[in-house]
Amino acid sequence: MIRYAKPTTVDEALALLSEGSWRILAGGTDFYPAQGSKPFRENVLDINGLAALRGIAETGTHWVIGARTTWTDLVRHPLPAAFDALKQVAREVGSVQIQNVASIAGNLCNASPAADGAPALLVLDAEVELRSAKTTRYLPLERFILGNRRTDLQPGEMVTAIRIPKSAAAGTSCFVKLGARRYLVISIAMVAARLVIEDGIVSDAAVAVGSCSAVAKRLSGVEAALRGLPVDHGLVAAIQSAPMDELSPIGDVRGSAEYRLDAAREIVARAVLGTVALDDKVAAA
Amino acid sequence: MSKAQPGMSIDRADIAFEVNGAAVSVCVPPLRRLSSVLRDELRLTGTKIGCDAGDCGACTVLVDGEPVCACLMPAASAAGAAVTTVEGLANGRLSALQASFLDHGAAQCGACTPGLLIAATALLDRKPCPTEAETQDALGGILCRCTGYRKIIAAVMDAGRFAREPSTDGAAPHPPAGTFSPYRDGEKGQAATLTTPSPRSLRGEGKGEGQHQLNQFDRDLDRRMPVSGSAVGASPIRLDGLPKVTGDEKFGADSFPADALAVLVVRSPHHHARFTFGDLDAWTKKHPGIVGVFTAADISGKNCFGVIGPFADQPALAESFARFRGEAVALVAGEREAILDLDLSDFPVEWAELPHVLQPCEAQVSGAELIHQHRAANLLTSGFVERGNPEAALAGAAVTVSGSIDTSYVEHAYIEPEAGYAYMDGDTLVVVACTQAPYMDRDDTAKVLGLAVDKVRIVPTATGGGFGSKLDVSLQPLIGLVAMKTGRPAALAYTRNESMISTTKRHPAEMKATIGADADGLVTGMVFTGDFNTGAYASWGPTVANRVPVHASGPYLTPNYRAEGRAIHTNGPISGAFRGFGVPQATIMQETLYDELAEKLSIDRLDFRLKNCLRNGSETVTGQRLESAVGIAECLEALRPHWSRALADASTFNATNAGIKRGVGVASCWYGCGNTSLPNPSTIKVGISAAGDVVLHQGAVDIGQGSNTVISQICADALGLPLEKFRLKSADTAITPDAGKTSASRQTFVTGKAAEKAGRALRDAILRFANVSEKALIALDGTSLAIRDGEATRRIDLSTLPADVDGFIFRAEETYDPPTLPLDAKGQGKPYAVYGYGAQVAELEVDLKLGTVKLIKITAAHDVGKAINPLLVEGQIEGGIAQGIGMALMEEYIPGRTENLHDYLIPTIGDVPPIETILVEVPDPEGPFGAKGLGEHVLIPTAPAILNAIRHAAGVLVTKVPATPTRIRAAIRDKEARR
Repeated sequence: MIRYAKPTTVDEALALLSEGSWRILAGGTDFYPAQGSKPFRENVLDINGLAALRGIAETGTHWVIGARTTWTDLVRHPLPAAFDALKQVAREVGSVQIQNVASIAGNLCNASPAADGAPALLVLDAEVELRSAKTTRYLPLERFILGNRRTDLQPGEMVTAIRIPKSAAAGTSCFVKLGARRYLVISIAMVAARLVIEDGIVSDAAVAVGSCSAVAKRLSGVEAALRGLPVDHGLVAAIQSAPMDELSPIGDVRGSAEYRLDAAREIVARAVLGTVALDDKVAAA
Repeated sequence: MSKAQPGMSIDRADIAFEVNGAAVSVCVPPLRRLSSVLRDELRLTGTKIGCDAGDCGACTVLVDGEPVCACLMPAASAAGAAVTTVEGLANGRLSALQASFLDHGAAQCGACTPGLLIAATALLDRKPCPTEAETQDALGGILCRCTGYRKIIAAVMDAGRFAREPSTDGAAPHPPAGTFSPYRDGEKGQAATLTTPSPRSLRGEGKGEGQHQLNQFDRDLDRRMPVSGSAVGASPIRLDGLPKVTGDEKFGADSFPADALAVLVVRSPHHHARFTFGDLDAWTKKHPGIVGVFTAADISGKNCFGVIGPFADQPALAESFARFRGEAVALVAGEREAILDLDLSDFPVEWAELPHVLQPCEAQVSGAELIHQHRAANLLTSGFVERGNPEAALAGAAVTVSGSIDTSYVEHAYIEPEAGYAYMDGDTLVVVACTQAPYMDRDDTAKVLGLAVDKVRIVPTATGGGFGSKLDVSLQPLIGLVAMKTGRPAALAYTRNESMISTTKRHPAEMKATIGADADGLVTGMVFTGDFNTGAYASWGPTVANRVPVHASGPYLTPNYRAEGRAIHTNGPISGAFRGFGVPQATIMQETLYDELAEKLSIDRLDFRLKNCLRNGSETVTGQRLESAVGIAECLEALRPHWSRALADASTFNATNAGIKRGVGVASCWYGCGNTSLPNPSTIKVGISAAGDVVLHQGAVDIGQGSNTVISQICADALGLPLEKFRLKSADTAITPDAGKTSASRQTFVTGKAAEKAGRALRDAILRFANVSEKALIALDGTSLAIRDGEATRRIDLSTLPADVDGFIFRAEETYDPPTLPLDAKGQGKPYAVYGYGAQVAELEVDLKLGTVKLIKITAAHDVGKAINPLLVEGQIEGGIAQGIGMALMEEYIPGRTENLHDYLIPTIGDVPPIETILVEVPDPEGPFGAKGLGEHVLIPTAPAILNAIRHAAGVLVTKVPATPTRIRAAIRDKEARR
């Protein structure tokens, strides 16, 4: 017998998860397209009754985004400037209708290489809170998404929150999405950048690229090249010559591998300039 | 909802919520999509299903005030919520937004309209006077394939004007054509239009709704009903508009009988495969609720259909092997809930994949396996036109240019997937479905099912876009077979995936051409060859092969010419009719070469086209002498001020920008209206009823373009009675004569001419009865006809006269078939009686580093002969341009890979720039009131104008469309490497 459950507390949900295999339903925006017109043949745990998982909270050390928090919730919540890239993502993901129901955590759990949320959360050093009936663990985002449609979610576990360390919620950020049309478009490539500037010098830099590898990647070479530089157009030169070995794009209907590498470097530069307001034309397309 | 219990099964649950202010409770599985609950349980079919994946937004509803895709929401999430659907927007009368949509002509087919209205309502609640950018952001998640979005933006931004109480002096008059786009350049105020201004708006008293009865909603609506004799040239609100904004319109999937069997189609997962069935009876018995499985063995007629009789080659259900991915091989019919819960993974079919070819070059290598045994070299057919001596002309030319262009499969992507139901009415099979061609559906369905044609009745529903693909039968024989075999109604709505994989596409083309000109810049010769990938079955491939050589010269004098178009079979999707029948592809080839020629000759690109364009008295490449009505020069001249301004703007912009460059491009079109050298009749029946209505049997299927309104306008003025007296009967084959298919830009011209003749004949019958002169004026006053001849007025009380079987007191039925002549072996002859012309200027920016294109503006000048309804003409132009943009920049269907609306991209509301329309009216003596066709013309110049603008901006010609960022950037990189 196929099971459907819609618990109202996290403990109930975790207890159910410990009983067997479940497919988790949150915003439904990846769930239903994946289902198509096929009948349901899996147990479905509908977490839309878990009020405790929706919303954004601030602790002494972290910003905590509940697993059911939607992109629209995020846009409407006052957050530091470091979150601007994530808020730009929130306005670009799918459409308004998608943003109103799709959860940020679901974007990560779906583990698409083209998930717009991943680079913006990577530059915030985000970690994923995973709970089971027995334990709670925290995993850096880099170690949560393992590959195309693969995560480290274990049987009995669910993502309950995304946590941003306050140390990473510093500086300013920018997101640049490159797509073949204006709305409702899967990215050819996208970049999030967060820079911390002290006395006109880049004291910290975080740059991540999506859709150019199986999992979105931080660009350590670019970040290293940026640190210590004065904030001027010299940043672009540094980016042009920095290594981007993390990227290994494939060619597909959205763009060739060669194009992606070429374009990624360009939009990295635009995103970095966008974080420091050196380029007011940051939109890629 | 009953409190959801942990561990409850996936059984049904009671779910209570509010819809449009009323409490409702349904008992459904909690994971059932909200869209399905609204439509199937609550029968609120205004919410449309276009993709079931959040890609099209047609199902947008408000849940607690926020727009969501109902297809992505489980019923369980609606529990306790307040849901608003399109049916809830009118509260006793139309909302301001609904009225604004009608006023602006923002709804064409109407399939996306409910979603747009809902999303825009949420925006307007928050922001009563939104900016253009805010409007686009709010509506970015809803695809429209008909309108080009500009009138939608205008309607939303202008909705506030309709919010106040209606004034007694009527709303503002409809502005003249050319003034609709919010965008203005420096030359506003004097739109370069040759059209006469639309007549002043008149307060409509609200009759004339067509086949839909008036209801309370439109009592305040200014319908802009023209007075008697002024219908042609007026822009009344479309006669079928009201239900499109209220959610009442019934499309193919909106009126399924409750007891209908649901039908699933088993399709080939392979491009080419042999298949055998296992024990179908045993499988059927194993699945409760499944009533039957039907295969080719159940087909009693000739299992072979096709739009062009001699080329018919497609089985309704494949026999033993499938020639393309998506081909139907079996039908499963069952109770609706059983079908919803059916997993086809154990369906007893064995596939043996066979080698396949997807490219014409592979299909043509010697020894390639034949896709149809009787078609050597996989050549379906070819078309050929030759005039003069092209080789000698090119050899003697001062300059020549050569090039090649490849294009991709393009999907029609109408928002309404194919849908309908069938049932037996005695011994007659009735098929109620969306379509562009009811009589062709009837004939092919009858043939496949072994019925006499008079035992098949096709009842067209509203059709949510077609663009050529709904000319071919799709599900009609399939649901017909189930209804015949089971005796029960059978219903089927294609999924988006099913629609995309199984129905026709635009032909991919591989073209080469050389054009030469003399030192004065006159074109002296052209040779053109085009291979068109026609896919697995013939469909409209022969039409494309024949139309292309006739049109590949463009509307330019080309004294020496040879063109060949070949339709080649592959195992790809079937290529058929798509707005332009191959001419949009060929025009890219010709118009991009014209830019190169102009450059070599150092002549301004617009001047070069004006120097060469056809004029009255010119002979076309088929030797047809065009005595009059050649309007291409007028179109190009009308663009001249825009062209000069755009070039100056680009030059200014480029002087100060390095990474982004602006470019301007121009391209023209011509297009023959109606079938190429083939009979193409339309018949119109119209009468006066005893009740005092003009009843028009309007057989020209309205797929959104506006034929319900345009044909009525023509008939009204020919008859001399006001449009508001018209009641429309639909293109139901049991009641309405054949007005031909909605294709080939023929309805305004051909059916319009039949309507004109029928209107005049009806008028003559009335005048004869009254024994008055031709100058007499007639009027309907209640149930009497008032006839005024000079000083004398005579009244005819209709209720006292005998009515015929149709209920008519007076009647007329007239047929028109355009005069054409066959083409000879060299393609010489008179293939069309009427041509339409146009030209467009595209302005855009290319981001040189990313290869992305941002369109700035399109200016379109089209010679439509006479704009019967200027607002609808603008709608056609804007919608055609949007499809041209898609073809130029993003649309590329790849079988097996882009079979949905998130991998296959069509333009969104953010991708269509402001469009300025210039209506040119060079009347054609053959057309009704001088009108020419325009539906396909409007798409043709857009893609070449865009490619020419990209070349102007970036210095590179992209030779494969769509010109994606990858292709543009690769071309730029190549150019940089060559330096």
